Amino acid sequence: MMTREIVAGFVPLLDCAILVAASERGFARAEGLELILVRETSWANIRDRVIVGHFDVAHMLGPMALASSLGLGHLQVPMIAPIALGLGGNAITVSTDLWRQMVFHGASAGGATAPQGKALAAVIRERARSGASPLAFAMVYPFSCHNYELRYWLAASGIDPDRDLNLIVLPPPLLVSAMRENQIDGFCVGEPWNSLAVDSGVGCIVTATSDVWRRSPEKVLGMRTDWAQLHPEETAALIRACYRAAEWCASPANRIELAALLAQSKYINAPQEVLQRGLTGNLRVTDSDSTVHRPEFLLFAPHLATRPSKSHAIWFYAQMLRWAQAAPTPWAARAAQDIYRPDLYRLALANFRTAPPTEEMSIIPGDDFFDEQEFDPREFLGSRQD
Amino acid sequence: MSDTSLKILIVDQSEMRASVLEAGLREAGYDRVTILRDMQNLLRRIVDANPDVICIDLENPQRDVLEQMFQVSRLVHRPVAMFVNQSDAQSMAAAIEAGVGAYVVDGLRKERVKAIVDLAISRFNAFDRLTQELSTTRRALDERKLTDRAKGILMKQRNCTEEEAFSLMRTTAMNENLRVAEVAQHIITAANLPR
Repeated sequence: MMTREIVAGFVPLLDCAILVAASERGFARAEGLELILVRETSWANIRDRVIVGHFDVAHMLGPMALASSLGLGHLQVPMIAPIALGLGGNAITVSTDLWRQMVFHGASAGGATAPQGKALAAVIRERARSGASPLAFAMVYPFSCHNYELRYWLAASGIDPDRDLNLIVLPPPLLVSAMRENQIDGFCVGEPWNSLAVDSGVGCIVTATSDVWRRSPEKVLGMRTDWAQLHPEETAALIRACYRAAEWCASPANRIELAALLAQSKYINAPQEVLQRGLTGNLRVTDSDSTVHRPEFLLFAPHLATRPSKSHAIWFYAQMLRWAQAAPTPWAARAAQDIYRPDLYRLALANFRTAPPTEEMSIIPGDDFFDEQEFDPREFLGSRQD
Repeated sequence: MSDTSLKILIVDQSEMRASVLEAGLREAGYDRVTILRDMQNLLRRIVDANPDVICIDLENPQRDVLEQMFQVSRLVHRPVAMFVNQSDAQSMAAAIEAGVGAYVVDGLRKERVKAIVDLAISRFNAFDRLTQELSTTRRALDERKLTDRAKGILMKQRNCTEEEAFSLMRTTAMNENLRVAEVAQHIITAANLPR
């Protein structure tokens, strides 16, 4: 069998694990692929290098594939996501100073997500009354799950993310130092950056986003639609390689090996012990050693973690409209339904013993969201006959 | 407004590369060029510079910050990505290859900016070649030092002349399919082994 070289871009975050395992543990080679990973420093670079063909595929923010297809803020280039690279894995962290004020208003280490939000709302009201400058929160990219999860939590806690605080973008490697220098009071990011902020004594983890939205979507394997059309066999082989790699990553027996792999300087370049926390869901939330256990913090394989679910893509579209990033059109609604490709996923895995069930566009139950509001993608699309 | 009166902001972590680009722009008649190296108060400083065109190096993680600022801030005249339609695909590939990104103020005709972007691409490429040449020169120097040290070790061990020592290394290199510098490295390593 001929080996086909595939170049994949990635950003050093814990959820690049599936691609790293596929490349380093033979899952790609078993599918006839030589998977070459290239580290990138910004999401804009990931997008652009996929567009011009430097990368065949990339570790990509789910909403980015949609934003590119809709031409939001940039060249309009249709992209697809035929496999997801896991669920969850983010957390919201605030500075130790803000944390103290939140504790005064009822927040507690490892406490439930709703009261933590109420405590933040109380601090914000108090600051407004005393004429203090608004708090600044950071996330990693405008079209990201981090942005939408953070906004979702803030809004459901009675905080207007566009009026009551400054919401800015900062790349993950700069978050901890920006917090230390009081440039930001909080952020929403993937691991290991929350844990690193706790360890350096500058931040406390308020909540894992798995407590905001259980089993929420995150990164995908993104590629140009025309690349996938030109390379159907490679696309299918990539899906299979990532699927196998995801099962390997999810097995507790491999966690130490996975953490050691990811800790290397060419991948995440962070201490193995810190990476372990995100992989096991045992998060140290404050520097006084309070630890919480969130077994579903980051899921690689269980609960159909790699299946690209159309319900998730529609949720992204709903957030883009909610926060005025996109204008509603029937065409955009159609595009939002075509980004995630469970059909390609299922086709590639058809002969697998563990082949996943076909996806119906399903309601995301209220139980999964901390504010208990269900999301019905069909109803949403039906209500937006713009 | 003539094209050379456009205000250009260069955001680059490499001081040297930024200067190379600035010099090129000035030569071409653009004299309203600002360089931003320090990323503190990025927004404030962009507002102050009020540029028509922004060039940023792509290794800069602040690129995502810029894109967000342009989308939401009412303080800056909405710059947009230089490449917004498919006909730009080739220049976009050339720019990304060279490691430079460009943003222009919305509404500015793209043709007016093309010369600036082309110049940035060629300067970034030239800088890259220069850096590569420098590192090749440095490596050659390092290798020469290694070879000299290995020669000295051989001359002492075998009580031979410098010429004989070098000839021995070269023959070994040829037989082993190695470079002379690699053989030299082996000799030095072996000589430094604890006895």
